[in-house]
Amino acid sequence: MSYELVFDVERGDFDTAGEASRKIKRTLQQLGISNKVIRKVSIAGYEGEMNLAIHSAGGKIILEVGEEELVLTIEDTGPGIANIDLAMTAGWSTAGDEVRQMGFGAGMGLPNMKNNADNFQISSKIGEGTKIVMKFLV
Amino acid sequence: MKVSGLLENKEFKCLNPQVGIEGVIKSGYVGDLLSWVMANAGNGCAWVTIQTHVNIIAVATLLEMTCVIIPEGAEVEESTLERAIIEDIPILTTGLNAYEVCKILGNAGI
Ligand SMILES: Nc1ncnc2c1ncn2[C@@H]1O[C@H](COP(=O)(O)OP(=O)(O)O)[C@@H](O)[C@H]1O
Ligand SMILES: [Mg+2]
Repeated sequence: MSYELVFDVERGDFDTAGEASRKIKRTLQQLGISNKVIRKVSIAGYEGEMNLAIHSAGGKIILEVGEEELVLTIEDTGPGIANIDLAMTAGWSTAGDEVRQMGFGAGMGLPNMKNNADNFQISSKIGEGTKIVMKFLV
Repeated sequence: MKVSGLLENKEFKCLNPQVGIEGVIKSGYVGDLLSWVMANAGNGCAWVTIQTHVNIIAVATLLEMTCVIIPEGAEVEESTLERAIIEDIPILTTGLNAYEVCKILGNAGI
């Protein structure tokens, strides 16, 4: 790995959420990564960032830039996901009314991440947290 | 068509005229569920949405949209406009509904 960036994302911080994804996008532009890959990372990163703000107790996003791939890790400190298969189902969401009114909670975030990453891994433990690792070929 | 061309139609008003309005509208997209928009809106599009909070600017910026159009006279938050100025995204409002906006975009060849 030749480059690493870390961003903290707090729970409930909707007004500044999107900031990490924006910075990641700008960094990738400066590194000369193709627009096609930047779009995929932006979509996956934003969905992950919003999930941290909406569903988690807070967490961080780590971008690692390598020669052949970008690795985006999104991890949090809880509450964890009880049933990952269910959470991955398109349209399934536990989002409350307040965030739904802002247009979140379509239950498409995890599917969007999986569709845009070349490799998608998710693990979660109740009471400990959730970790998503996504790889993008450059 | 450019954003400036759309603004020649008096039904539309730009809420942050200090941003660039010479961006070309390459396509259109209508949607209020942000994950659907993230998954499907094209870059360079005009996005018609009734959502007005600051996160629409994050979505518009990440997808490199040309402008956001808020229909039916919905009011836009100050924080959204401030963000839109920083990110150089024109925010247009209109009293027309989303269908009528699309008809105008379609008639303009988009
Ligand atoms: N980091 C997380 N921590 C706990 N639960 C999560 C996390 N990310 C997703 N989830 C759960 O998975 C569901 C589906 O997530 P997602 O596909 O992003 O849809 P949405 O965010 O619209 O609900 C969420 O509603 C939530 O219950
Ligand atoms: Mg989500």
